[in-house]
Amino acid sequence: MENVKAVIEALIFASDAPLALEKICIILSGVEKSEIKEALEKLVLEYNERQGGISLQEVAGGFQFRTRPELSPWVKKLKSTKPHSLSPAAMETLAIVAYKQPIVKSEIESIRGVDVGAPLKGLLDKKLIRIVGRKDVPGKPIIYGTTRKFLEVFNLKDLLDLPNLRELKELNQQQELVEQEIAEEDITEDIPNL
Amino acid sequence: MDNEQTINYAIKLDIFEGPLDLLLYLIKKNEIDIYNIPIALVTEQYLQYLKMIKALNLDLAGEYLVMASTLIHIKSRMLLPVPEEPEEEEEDPRAELVRQLIEHKTFKEAALNLGERPLLERDVFTRAALLPEEVENTTTDEEELMEVSVFELIEAFHRIVSQIDKKELMEIDLEKLSLTDIINEIMEQLSLTKSLTFEDLLRERKDRRRIIYTFLALLELIKLRMIKAYQTSVFGVIRIFPAVES
Repeated sequence: MENVKAVIEALIFASDAPLALEKICIILSGVEKSEIKEALEKLVLEYNERQGGISLQEVAGGFQFRTRPELSPWVKKLKSTKPHSLSPAAMETLAIVAYKQPIVKSEIESIRGVDVGAPLKGLLDKKLIRIVGRKDVPGKPIIYGTTRKFLEVFNLKDLLDLPNLRELKELNQQQELVEQEIAEEDITEDIPNL
Repeated sequence: MDNEQTINYAIKLDIFEGPLDLLLYLIKKNEIDIYNIPIALVTEQYLQYLKMIKALNLDLAGEYLVMASTLIHIKSRMLLPVPEEPEEEEEDPRAELVRQLIEHKTFKEAALNLGERPLLERDVFTRAALLPEEVENTTTDEEELMEVSVFELIEAFHRIVSQIDKKELMEIDLEKLSLTDIINEIMEQLSLTKSLTFEDLLRERKDRRRIIYTFLALLELIKLRMIKAYQTSVFGVIRIFPAVES
Protein backbone atom coordinates (compact mmCIF):
# COMPACT_ATOMS: atom_id res chain seq x y z
CA MET A 1 0.00 0.00 0.00
CA GLU A 2 1.85 3.02 -1.35
CA ASN A 3 -0.66 5.24 0.39
CA VAL A 4 0.62 4.51 3.91
CA LYS A 5 3.69 6.69 3.56
CA ALA A 6 1.61 9.64 2.37
CA VAL A 7 -0.87 9.23 5.21
CA ILE A 8 1.92 9.11 7.78
CA GLU A 9 3.54 12.19 6.28
CA ALA A 10 0.22 14.04 6.48
CA LEU A 11 -0.35 12.96 10.07
CA ILE A 12 3.07 14.11 11.21
CA PHE A 13 2.67 17.39 9.37
CA ALA A 14 -0.72 18.07 10.93
CA SER A 15 0.30 17.08 14.45
CA ASP A 16 1.15 19.82 16.93
CA ALA A 17 3.44 17.63 19.02
CA PRO A 18 5.84 14.87 18.04
CA LEU A 19 3.62 12.05 16.78
CA ALA A 20 4.21 8.68 18.40
CA LEU A 21 4.39 5.50 16.36
CA GLU A 22 1.65 4.01 18.55
CA LYS A 23 -0.67 6.85 17.67
CA ILE A 24 -0.06 6.36 13.95
CA CYS A 25 -0.83 2.66 14.43
CA ILE A 26 -4.16 3.50 16.07
CA ILE A 27 -5.14 5.82 13.23
CA LEU A 28 -3.99 3.38 10.55
CA SER A 29 -5.64 0.49 12.31
CA GLY A 30 -5.79 -1.75 9.26
CA VAL A 31 -2.07 -1.59 8.58
CA GLU A 32 0.59 -3.76 10.18
CA LYS A 33 2.89 -2.01 12.60
CA SER A 34 5.91 -3.32 10.75
CA GLU A 35 4.67 -1.76 7.54
CA ILE A 36 4.13 1.59 9.26
CA LYS A 37 7.59 1.41 10.76
CA GLU A 38 9.07 0.67 7.38
CA ALA A 39 7.21 3.56 5.78
CA LEU A 40 8.38 5.89 8.55
CA GLU A 41 11.98 4.90 8.04
CA LYS A 42 11.60 5.48 4.32
CA LEU A 43 10.16 8.93 4.98
CA VAL A 44 13.00 9.88 7.30
CA LEU A 45 15.45 8.72 4.66
CA GLU A 46 13.70 10.62 1.90
CA TYR A 47 13.87 13.86 3.83
CA ASN A 48 17.54 13.25 4.59
CA GLU A 49 18.37 12.54 0.98
CA ARG A 50 16.50 15.57 -0.22
CA GLN A 51 18.71 17.87 1.89
CA GLY A 52 15.94 20.42 1.91
CA GLY A 53 14.83 22.88 4.52
CA ILE A 54 13.21 20.40 6.82
CA SER A 55 14.06 17.03 8.23
CA LEU A 56 11.93 14.38 9.86
CA GLN A 57 13.24 13.89 13.38
CA GLU A 58 12.48 11.40 16.09
CA VAL A 59 12.07 13.40 19.29
CA ALA A 60 10.41 12.82 22.65
CA GLY A 61 9.08 9.44 21.59
CA GLY A 62 7.51 10.68 18.38
CA PHE A 63 8.16 12.05 14.93
CA GLN A 64 8.23 15.71 14.03
CA PHE A 65 9.25 17.90 11.14
CA ARG A 66 12.00 20.28 12.13
CA THR A 67 14.03 22.81 10.22
CA ARG A 68 17.66 21.95 9.62
CA PRO A 69 20.04 23.43 12.21
CA GLU A 70 22.19 25.03 9.48
CA LEU A 71 19.26 27.21 8.49
CA SER A 72 18.69 28.72 11.91
CA PRO A 73 20.19 32.14 11.04
CA TRP A 74 17.35 32.72 8.60
CA VAL A 75 14.54 31.04 10.50
CA LYS A 76 15.47 33.02 13.60
CA LYS A 77 14.78 36.25 11.72
CA LEU A 78 11.28 35.03 11.02
CA LYS A 79 10.52 33.96 14.57
CA SER A 80 10.08 36.39 17.37
CA THR A 81 10.37 33.73 20.08
CA LYS A 82 13.32 33.91 22.38
CA PRO A 83 15.42 30.76 22.63
CA HIS A 84 15.68 28.93 25.90
CA SER A 85 18.56 30.65 27.60
CA LEU A 86 19.95 28.75 30.53
CA SER A 87 22.76 29.87 32.80
CA PRO A 88 25.74 27.53 33.24
CA ALA A 89 24.41 26.73 36.72
CA ALA A 90 21.01 25.80 35.32
CA MET A 91 22.57 23.74 32.52
CA GLU A 92 24.72 21.79 34.95
CA THR A 93 21.78 21.18 37.26
CA LEU A 94 19.70 20.05 34.31
CA ALA A 95 22.45 17.71 33.14
CA ILE A 96 22.68 16.14 36.59
CA VAL A 97 18.90 15.67 36.78
CA ALA A 98 18.83 14.26 33.25
CA TYR A 99 21.53 11.67 33.82
CA LYS A 100 20.84 10.75 37.42
CA GLN A 101 17.08 10.94 37.67
CA PRO A 102 15.16 10.24 39.84
CA ILE A 103 17.24 12.50 42.06
CA VAL A 104 16.72 14.67 45.14
CA LYS A 105 18.08 18.16 45.71
CA SER A 106 20.76 17.15 48.23
CA GLU A 107 22.23 14.66 45.75
CA ILE A 108 22.46 17.36 43.08
CA GLU A 109 24.09 19.67 45.59
CA SER A 110 26.72 17.12 46.55
CA ILE A 111 27.73 16.91 42.91
CA ARG A 112 27.70 20.63 42.22
CA GLY A 113 29.14 21.58 45.59
CA VAL A 114 26.75 24.52 45.89
CA ASP A 115 23.12 25.25 46.62
CA VAL A 116 20.89 24.49 43.64
CA GLY A 117 17.59 25.97 44.85
CA ALA A 118 17.56 28.81 42.33
CA PRO A 119 18.48 26.80 39.22
CA LEU A 120 16.02 24.06 40.21
CA LYS A 121 13.21 26.57 40.45
CA GLY A 122 14.14 28.09 37.11
CA LEU A 123 14.11 24.67 35.46
CA LEU A 124 10.74 23.86 37.01
CA ASP A 125 9.34 27.17 35.75
CA LYS A 126 10.63 26.40 32.27
CA LYS A 127 9.00 22.97 32.54
CA LEU A 128 12.25 21.23 31.72
CA ILE A 129 12.12 19.26 34.96
CA ARG A 130 9.25 18.15 37.13
CA ILE A 131 8.52 16.71 40.53
CA VAL A 132 8.08 12.97 40.17
CA GLY A 133 7.50 12.05 43.80
CA ARG A 134 8.89 12.13 47.29
CA LYS A 135 11.62 9.94 48.67
CA ASP A 136 10.67 7.79 51.62
CA VAL A 137 13.41 9.05 53.90
CA PRO A 138 13.25 11.55 56.78
CA GLY A 139 12.11 14.93 55.49
CA LYS A 140 10.45 13.31 52.47
CA PRO A 141 12.60 15.20 49.98
CA ILE A 142 11.19 15.96 46.55
CA ILE A 143 12.39 13.76 43.71
CA TYR A 144 13.06 15.44 40.39
CA GLY A 145 13.04 14.14 36.86
CA THR A 146 13.08 15.61 33.37
CA THR A 147 9.96 16.31 31.32
CA ARG A 148 8.83 15.51 27.83
CA LYS A 149 9.52 19.12 26.97
CA PHE A 150 13.15 18.56 27.93
CA LEU A 151 13.38 15.86 25.26
CA GLU A 152 11.70 18.12 22.72
CA VAL A 153 13.90 21.11 23.45
CA PHE A 154 17.13 19.10 23.44
CA ASN A 155 16.25 17.08 20.36
CA LEU A 156 16.32 13.73 22.14
CA LYS A 157 14.40 10.58 21.19
CA ASP A 158 14.27 9.44 24.79
CA LEU A 159 16.52 9.46 27.84
CA LEU A 160 18.63 6.65 26.43
CA ASP A 161 19.43 9.02 23.56
CA LEU A 162 21.44 11.21 25.95
CA PRO A 163 25.09 11.23 24.90
CA ASN A 164 26.97 8.51 26.72
CA LEU A 165 29.49 9.68 29.22
CA ARG A 166 32.28 7.20 29.67
CA GLU A 167 33.30 8.50 33.03
CA LEU A 168 29.72 8.77 34.13
CA LYS A 169 29.21 5.12 33.34
CA GLU A 170 32.16 4.14 35.48
CA LEU A 171 30.80 6.25 38.30
CA ASN A 172 27.44 4.60 38.04
CA GLN A 173 29.00 1.17 38.21
CA GLN A 174 30.84 2.12 41.35
CA GLN A 175 27.71 3.50 42.84
CA GLU A 176 25.70 0.42 41.96
CA LEU A 177 28.14 -1.65 43.94
CA VAL A 178 27.76 0.69 46.88
CA GLU A 179 24.02 0.65 46.54
CA GLN A 180 23.92 -3.11 46.54
CA GLU A 181 25.57 -3.08 49.90
CA ILE A 182 23.30 -0.48 51.36
CA ALA A 183 19.68 -1.47 51.80
CA GLU A 184 17.52 -0.20 49.01
CA GLU A 185 15.81 3.08 49.56
CA ASP A 186 12.24 2.93 48.46
CA ILE A 187 10.67 5.53 46.29
CA THR A 188 7.07 6.21 47.21
CA GLU A 189 5.92 6.78 43.68
CA ASP A 190 6.79 4.96 40.53
CA ILE A 191 8.63 6.94 37.97
CA PRO A 192 6.84 6.64 34.66
CA ASN A 193 9.07 5.83 31.77
CA LEU A 194 9.82 8.75 29.58
CA MET B 1 26.88 46.57 50.98
CA ASP B 2 27.15 49.14 48.22
CA ASN B 3 26.47 48.57 44.57
CA GLU B 4 30.01 47.98 43.42
CA GLN B 5 30.53 45.16 45.85
CA THR B 6 27.31 43.54 44.82
CA ILE B 7 28.53 43.55 41.24
CA ASN B 8 31.88 42.02 42.20
CA TYR B 9 30.13 39.32 44.11
CA ALA B 10 28.02 38.44 41.13
CA ILE B 11 31.07 38.24 38.90
CA LYS B 12 32.88 35.92 41.30
CA LEU B 13 29.87 33.68 41.47
CA ASP B 14 29.89 33.50 37.73
CA ILE B 15 33.50 32.42 37.49
CA PHE B 16 33.46 29.82 40.21
CA GLU B 17 30.34 27.89 40.87
CA GLY B 18 31.39 26.77 44.30
CA PRO B 19 34.50 25.18 45.84
CA LEU B 20 34.57 22.18 43.48
CA ASP B 21 34.67 24.55 40.55
CA LEU B 22 37.51 26.49 42.12
CA LEU B 23 39.46 23.29 42.74
CA LEU B 24 38.95 22.15 39.16
CA TYR B 25 40.21 25.52 38.00
CA LEU B 26 43.35 25.19 40.13
CA ILE B 27 43.94 21.66 38.84
CA LYS B 28 43.61 22.84 35.27
CA LYS B 29 45.76 25.91 35.83
CA ASN B 30 48.59 23.86 37.37
CA GLU B 31 48.18 21.07 34.81
CA ILE B 32 47.76 18.57 37.61
CA ASP B 33 46.79 14.94 37.15
CA ILE B 34 43.41 14.76 38.80
CA TYR B 35 44.15 11.24 40.13
CA ASN B 36 47.34 12.37 41.77
CA ILE B 37 46.72 15.78 43.25
CA PRO B 38 49.66 17.37 45.06
CA ILE B 39 47.46 18.20 47.99
CA ALA B 40 49.89 20.62 49.69
CA LEU B 41 50.14 22.79 46.58
CA VAL B 42 46.42 22.80 45.89
CA THR B 43 45.54 23.50 49.51
CA GLU B 44 47.95 26.43 49.59
CA GLN B 45 46.55 27.94 46.41
CA TYR B 46 43.00 27.31 47.51
CA LEU B 47 43.57 29.15 50.80
CA GLN B 48 45.27 31.99 48.94
CA TYR B 49 42.23 32.31 46.81
CA LEU B 50 39.96 32.42 49.85
CA LYS B 51 42.14 35.21 51.27
CA MET B 52 41.72 37.10 48.02
CA ILE B 53 37.97 36.78 48.22
CA LYS B 54 38.08 38.02 51.79
CA ALA B 55 40.35 40.92 50.85
CA LEU B 56 37.76 41.98 48.33
CA ASN B 57 35.33 41.95 51.22
CA LEU B 58 33.02 39.56 49.44
CA ASP B 59 30.65 37.21 51.08
CA LEU B 60 32.29 33.86 51.40
CA ALA B 61 29.88 31.03 51.04
CA GLY B 62 30.09 28.41 53.79
CA GLU B 63 30.82 25.69 51.26
CA TYR B 64 34.22 27.24 50.56
CA LEU B 65 35.18 26.95 54.19
CA VAL B 66 34.01 23.35 54.41
CA MET B 67 36.20 22.52 51.43
CA ALA B 68 39.14 24.35 53.01
CA SER B 69 38.87 22.22 56.13
CA THR B 70 38.52 19.07 54.02
CA LEU B 71 41.70 19.95 52.14
CA ILE B 72 43.61 20.62 55.35
CA HIS B 73 42.32 17.37 56.81
CA ILE B 74 43.49 15.41 53.78
CA LYS B 75 46.84 17.18 53.86
CA SER B 76 47.38 16.26 57.51
CA ARG B 77 46.44 12.64 56.84
CA MET B 78 48.91 12.55 53.98
CA LEU B 79 51.65 13.73 56.34
CA LEU B 80 51.09 10.92 58.79
CA PRO B 81 53.60 8.14 58.38
CA VAL B 82 52.22 5.05 56.73
CA PRO B 83 52.50 2.04 59.02
CA GLU B 84 55.18 -0.31 57.74
CA GLU B 85 52.92 -3.29 57.80
CA PRO B 86 49.46 -1.97 57.14
CA GLU B 87 46.83 -4.13 58.81
CA GLU B 88 44.39 -3.46 56.02
CA GLU B 89 44.54 -1.72 52.68
CA GLU B 90 44.14 1.91 53.56
CA GLU B 91 42.38 4.12 51.08
CA ASP B 92 44.16 7.15 49.71
CA PRO B 93 42.87 10.11 51.76
CA ARG B 94 42.29 11.96 48.50
CA ALA B 95 40.09 9.27 46.98
CA GLU B 96 36.75 10.71 48.04
CA LEU B 97 37.70 14.21 46.88
CA VAL B 98 38.94 12.87 43.56
CA ARG B 99 35.68 11.00 43.05
CA GLN B 100 33.73 14.19 43.76
CA LEU B 101 35.88 16.27 41.45
CA ILE B 102 35.57 13.80 38.59
CA GLU B 103 31.83 13.58 39.02
CA HIS B 104 31.56 17.36 39.04
CA LYS B 105 33.78 17.63 35.99
CA THR B 106 31.77 14.98 34.19
CA PHE B 107 28.53 16.85 34.65
CA LYS B 108 30.11 20.14 33.71
CA GLU B 109 31.07 18.51 30.43
CA ALA B 110 27.66 16.89 30.12
CA ALA B 111 26.07 20.32 30.50
CA LEU B 112 28.28 21.73 27.76
CA ASN B 113 27.38 18.75 25.59
CA LEU B 114 23.69 19.33 26.11
CA GLY B 115 24.07 23.00 25.26
CA GLU B 116 25.70 22.09 21.97
CA ARG B 117 22.78 19.98 20.82
CA PRO B 118 20.46 21.43 18.15
CA LEU B 119 18.11 23.19 20.52
CA LEU B 120 14.48 23.84 19.75
CA GLU B 121 13.77 27.51 19.04
CA ARG B 122 17.51 28.20 18.83
CA ASP B 123 18.82 25.90 16.12
CA VAL B 124 15.80 23.97 14.97
CA PHE B 125 12.21 25.03 14.59
CA THR B 126 8.98 23.17 14.26
CA ARG B 127 6.01 24.05 12.12
CA ALA B 128 3.86 24.74 15.15
CA ALA B 129 5.95 27.23 17.03
CA LEU B 130 3.97 26.72 20.21
CA LEU B 131 4.71 23.77 22.41
CA PRO B 132 1.66 21.74 23.44
CA GLU B 133 1.17 23.31 26.88
CA GLU B 134 1.34 26.77 25.36
CA VAL B 135 -1.19 25.88 22.72
CA GLU B 136 -3.71 25.06 25.43
CA ASN B 137 -3.49 28.61 26.69
CA THR B 138 -4.17 30.30 23.40
CA THR B 139 -7.76 30.60 22.32
CA THR B 140 -8.64 29.01 19.05
CA ASP B 141 -9.54 31.41 16.30
CA GLU B 142 -12.96 30.87 14.85
CA GLU B 143 -12.86 30.78 11.12
CA GLU B 144 -16.62 30.91 10.87
CA LEU B 145 -18.62 34.02 10.26
CA MET B 146 -19.39 35.93 13.37
CA GLU B 147 -22.18 38.36 13.88
CA VAL B 148 -21.03 41.96 14.11
CA SER B 149 -22.11 44.49 16.66
CA VAL B 150 -23.29 48.00 15.99
CA PHE B 151 -19.90 49.28 17.04
CA GLU B 152 -18.19 47.42 14.25
CA LEU B 153 -20.67 48.85 11.81
CA ILE B 154 -19.88 52.31 13.06
CA GLU B 155 -16.19 51.60 12.61
CA ALA B 156 -16.76 50.53 9.04
CA PHE B 157 -18.78 53.66 8.51
CA HIS B 158 -15.91 55.80 9.75
CA ARG B 159 -13.54 53.96 7.49
CA ILE B 160 -15.65 54.78 4.46
CA VAL B 161 -16.09 58.40 5.43
CA SER B 162 -12.39 58.87 5.91
CA GLN B 163 -11.68 57.37 2.49
CA ILE B 164 -13.91 59.81 0.70
CA ASP B 165 -12.41 62.85 -0.93
CA LYS B 166 -13.16 65.82 1.27
CA LYS B 167 -13.89 68.08 -1.66
CA GLU B 168 -16.80 65.95 -2.67
CA LEU B 169 -18.17 66.06 0.81
CA MET B 170 -18.48 69.78 0.54
CA GLU B 171 -20.73 69.66 -2.53
CA ILE B 172 -24.26 70.64 -1.85
CA ASP B 173 -26.70 67.97 -2.81
CA LEU B 174 -30.24 69.05 -3.26
CA GLU B 175 -31.53 65.60 -3.98
CA LYS B 176 -34.33 64.74 -1.60
CA LEU B 177 -33.75 61.49 0.24
CA SER B 178 -35.88 59.48 2.50
CA LEU B 179 -34.87 56.62 4.72
CA THR B 180 -37.60 54.47 3.18
CA ASP B 181 -36.08 54.96 -0.28
CA ILE B 182 -32.69 53.83 0.86
CA ILE B 183 -34.11 50.84 2.71
CA ASN B 184 -35.95 49.80 -0.40
CA GLU B 185 -32.81 50.22 -2.45
CA ILE B 186 -30.77 48.05 -0.13
CA MET B 187 -33.43 45.35 -0.07
CA GLU B 188 -33.67 45.46 -3.83
CA GLN B 189 -29.91 45.11 -4.22
CA LEU B 190 -29.85 42.28 -1.72
CA SER B 191 -32.58 40.39 -3.52
CA LEU B 192 -30.39 40.52 -6.63
CA THR B 193 -27.03 39.60 -5.16
CA LYS B 194 -27.86 37.68 -1.95
CA SER B 195 -24.98 39.32 -0.14
CA LEU B 196 -23.34 42.73 -0.13
CA THR B 197 -20.43 44.21 1.68
CA PHE B 198 -20.92 47.39 3.59
CA GLU B 199 -18.45 49.03 1.25
CA ASP B 200 -20.43 47.87 -1.81
CA LEU B 201 -23.51 49.65 -0.57
CA LEU B 202 -21.80 52.96 -0.12
CA ARG B 203 -19.44 52.98 -3.06
CA GLU B 204 -21.51 55.12 -5.34
CA ARG B 205 -23.00 57.35 -2.68
CA LYS B 206 -20.23 59.71 -1.99
CA ASP B 207 -21.98 62.54 -0.25
CA ARG B 208 -22.34 62.72 3.46
CA ARG B 209 -26.10 62.67 3.53
CA ARG B 210 -26.21 59.50 1.44
CA ILE B 211 -23.70 57.78 3.67
CA ILE B 212 -25.56 58.72 6.80
CA TYR B 213 -28.88 57.65 5.35
CA THR B 214 -27.44 54.34 4.20
CA PHE B 215 -25.96 53.74 7.60
CA LEU B 216 -29.23 54.59 9.31
CA ALA B 217 -31.07 52.37 6.85
CA LEU B 218 -28.77 49.47 7.73
CA LEU B 219 -29.25 49.98 11.42
CA GLU B 220 -32.98 50.14 10.90
CA LEU B 221 -32.96 46.96 8.80
CA ILE B 222 -30.90 45.13 11.41
CA LYS B 223 -33.27 46.32 14.09
CA LEU B 224 -36.24 45.10 12.06
CA ARG B 225 -34.36 41.80 11.56
CA MET B 226 -34.70 42.10 7.83
CA ILE B 227 -30.97 41.78 7.25
CA LYS B 228 -28.04 40.25 9.07
CA ALA B 229 -24.50 41.57 9.19
CA TYR B 230 -21.54 39.22 9.49
CA GLN B 231 -17.79 39.49 9.30
CA THR B 232 -15.15 36.79 8.96
CA SER B 233 -12.73 38.27 11.44
CA VAL B 234 -12.23 41.28 13.63
CA PHE B 235 -11.77 44.29 11.33
CA GLY B 236 -12.69 42.06 8.42
CA VAL B 237 -15.12 42.93 5.67
CA ILE B 238 -18.70 43.19 6.91
CA ARG B 239 -21.17 41.33 4.74
CA ILE B 240 -24.87 41.95 4.69
CA PHE B 241 -27.30 39.13 4.07
CA PRO B 242 -31.07 39.13 3.86
CA ALA B 243 -32.36 37.76 7.15
CA VAL B 244 -34.76 35.37 5.49
CA GLU B 245 -33.70 33.36 2.50
CA SER B 246 -36.04 34.26 -0.32
